[in-house]
Amino acid sequence: MTIIVVIALIVVVVSMFGFLYRAVKGPSVADRVVALDALGISLMAVIALFSILLNTTHYISIMMLLAILSFLGTVSFAKFMDKGEIIEYDRHHRQ
Amino acid sequence: MSLLHLAVSLPFLGALLIPLIHYYNKRIHPGYFALLVPVAAAVLLLMSGQVSQSVKWMPRIGLNLDFRMDGISLLFCLLITVIGALVVFYSIHYLSSREQLGHFYTYLLLFMGAMLGVVLSDNVLSLYLFWELTSISSFLLIAFWHHKEKSLQGALKSMLITVFGGLMLLGGLLTLVSIAHTFSIREMVMQADVLQQSPLFTTAMVFILLAAFTKSAQFPFHIWLPDAMEAPTPVSAYLHSATMVKAGVYLIARFTPLFALSAQWIYIVTFIGAITLFWASFNAVKQQDLKGVLAYSTISQLGLMMTLLGVGGLGVYYNNQPVFYAAIAACVFHIFNHASFKGALFMVVGIIDHETGTRDLKKLSGLLQLMPVTFTAAIIGALSMAGVPPFNGFLSKEMFLTSMFDSKSGLFHGPSLVLLLSLVIIGSLLTFIYSVKLLKDLFFGGPPSVDKHVHEAPLLLLLSPLLMVTVVVFTGLFPNILTPMIDSAGQAILNKHVAPLHISHWHGVNPALVTTLLIFAAGTVLIFTYQQWAPIYSVQRPNWTFNYVYEKLLAAAESISYRLNNKVITAGIRSHLLLVFSALIVMTVVLLLQAPLNFGSWHLSEVRSFELILVVLILIATFMVIVAKSRLFSIIMLSAIGYAVGLFFVFFNAPDLALTQLTIETISTALFLMCFYHLPKLSRYEETMPFKLTNAVIAVGVGAVVTVIALMAYGHRFSPSITEYYIKHVYDLAHGKNMVNVILVDFRGFDTLFESTVLGIAGIGIYTLIKLRDSKEVNHEQTKK
Repeated sequence: MTIIVVIALIVVVVSMFGFLYRAVKGPSVADRVVALDALGISLMAVIALFSILLNTTHYISIMMLLAILSFLGTVSFAKFMDKGEIIEYDRHHRQ
Repeated sequence: MSLLHLAVSLPFLGALLIPLIHYYNKRIHPGYFALLVPVAAAVLLLMSGQVSQSVKWMPRIGLNLDFRMDGISLLFCLLITVIGALVVFYSIHYLSSREQLGHFYTYLLLFMGAMLGVVLSDNVLSLYLFWELTSISSFLLIAFWHHKEKSLQGALKSMLITVFGGLMLLGGLLTLVSIAHTFSIREMVMQADVLQQSPLFTTAMVFILLAAFTKSAQFPFHIWLPDAMEAPTPVSAYLHSATMVKAGVYLIARFTPLFALSAQWIYIVTFIGAITLFWASFNAVKQQDLKGVLAYSTISQLGLMMTLLGVGGLGVYYNNQPVFYAAIAACVFHIFNHASFKGALFMVVGIIDHETGTRDLKKLSGLLQLMPVTFTAAIIGALSMAGVPPFNGFLSKEMFLTSMFDSKSGLFHGPSLVLLLSLVIIGSLLTFIYSVKLLKDLFFGGPPSVDKHVHEAPLLLLLSPLLMVTVVVFTGLFPNILTPMIDSAGQAILNKHVAPLHISHWHGVNPALVTTLLIFAAGTVLIFTYQQWAPIYSVQRPNWTFNYVYEKLLAAAESISYRLNNKVITAGIRSHLLLVFSALIVMTVVLLLQAPLNFGSWHLSEVRSFELILVVLILIATFMVIVAKSRLFSIIMLSAIGYAVGLFFVFFNAPDLALTQLTIETISTALFLMCFYHLPKLSRYEETMPFKLTNAVIAVGVGAVVTVIALMAYGHRFSPSITEYYIKHVYDLAHGKNMVNVILVDFRGFDTLFESTVLGIAGIGIYTLIKLRDSKEVNHEQTKK
């Protein structure tokens, strides 16, 4: 059981390094954002595996939070790249 | 409250009340009320007798009003109050009623009280307090006509120099206190032998000498006194001839029984005095301004008193040889004489200024027929100053020369005696020259070239100088009525009993008399050939004077601080950070080097592989932040670091921290992106951060220093952790299972309260920043429309 979890951890971490490489190297910003999103999800996997390893349930809320945050982050990046701002509120209503 | 305290507090009371009286009653000149103060104080002081009285003020720090009246204090008290009364009377008729009279008498009485405090104080702290008060009130009086540029400059100069001396005095007195463990001067004098053994003795001596020399305008600190002549003439007469400038002489006299045990003290006091005597009388001859002549003459006479005190110190050094007591007696006698004739001369000069409208010697001449009474006062004062019989100046000059010739002892022999004698004899010769030349230029020759119709001054204005020259003549003819006072003052200075003194006009043909006659002869010749030897004054280059040095020093101080300020306080926050961080590195390294590096004993836990991986991850991300080409990439890497830290919290069993960290990291990344978006177009160009070696060195240095400190701190744990208590009591005391939360809101709820406050303040701050800018923009737009 522990060995399987450790192997899984190693696999996830290796894949994280792959994502990190893409995030560092990625020619365009979009590449990096996608890599970052994937990093966040693998982070959830790491935490999940880790809570199995530590035999605790305290980290489940963190995984949920990460899921939300990673979604929010990616959406805001996407919107930023699309429109140049995240919250569309023109204070002066200038057109 | 004793008579002494009452006498000292009277002038301060007067200083408070006189502006009030003047405000409500403009018809009576406030000077008449001010006149009551010195008269009453003089009566009180004479009634008090030789006593010492103490009033507790701040006993915990040793500051008490301990007043002690002895011979020397009595002499000074009488000078201050009697000349004070005469000066106040003179000023009533001198100052026009359009002046700010309330201010004038307030300053003058403030000065009078301070001066009485100086000469009566036995407590060193109150002595210093009154000493500084004389400096401040003198500053106010010099700048009385504050609309004149020169008055302000003179006041500033005298303030800077005398306050420098005042601070030296504080240093010297506190040094003495630390050696003697007493605040009383009298008790210090009693243990003079012990004090002399202390290594701090010389320090205290130098400090006190500096204080006395600056206050009494000794070489080379004499430069403030001629500039202080911008004050109204009553002030010059009172402060800058009779009282304040003698405070330094008083200080030297007061500390003579303490310091004259050391030969350096005697040498320094004697030679600085002799040099001052020579240099100031040399300069007095060339002055074209009446008050300039008198200012330099005052300096030179103060030098004479210093010389006498120095030689009189031999009496302490050689333990009571009567021949040296003559110098002290001469000094006391001359203090009295100088106050009488110099006060009179200043008042005479003020009268001439008043009646002719000028003080320029080039314009004034032939006043003898026009102002005969003034001439009478002037000739008595000036001839007394020159040392001509039968006036009192002759007697003290004779005594001065006699004690100079008698000063041949172990300390003064060979070249030093020759130097001393030549300085004082040439100084006396020059004194004779400028005194008589002043009379000759003022009162003889053709009519004055002034616009005013010159006539004799009113009698009331003349009364004070006439009274003073009467004293000059009277004590010149009957000097022995002063001997009780001189003897008691001499005893106070030497702190031992001395044989009574007898002053006689004729004591046979001796070296002093021969010298005096030679001086008269040579002086008369030199006065009539002044035009032939005057060119020696133009030899001195203008940038060789002490005024030039003073101005250069001031300018240098200003420009150095200006440049330093410009160099260090730049607008860039970068340079400030550079300084702060370098200081951190330097101080830590210095501290670390003082003790050998000791990392203590580590109780390390096992390193797990995923921790290592995470560390590598964070290192890579950090490196990328630094070398990133675009800002956006830096932001992403920063958030990667943040998430990795969150992961660390997971690994190290901190779920609450991890939760918070992840949320906050997301929000701050979003904020960074917002900032990024709002960057101005111009500065949004993307390039790698330029490499600067100093920045790199400092960054590496800070990192290394903090690492070393962290490692050292880890190795030294001096007390057990408090954690055990929380673990034990988290449920039974606080009824919670989540220990972090219980600590946050229960065990240490105060921190949370104020952190919430910080958050609230930050929120309000952000709101205000945005809103305020908005409303400004709106206003701006409205004005545009």
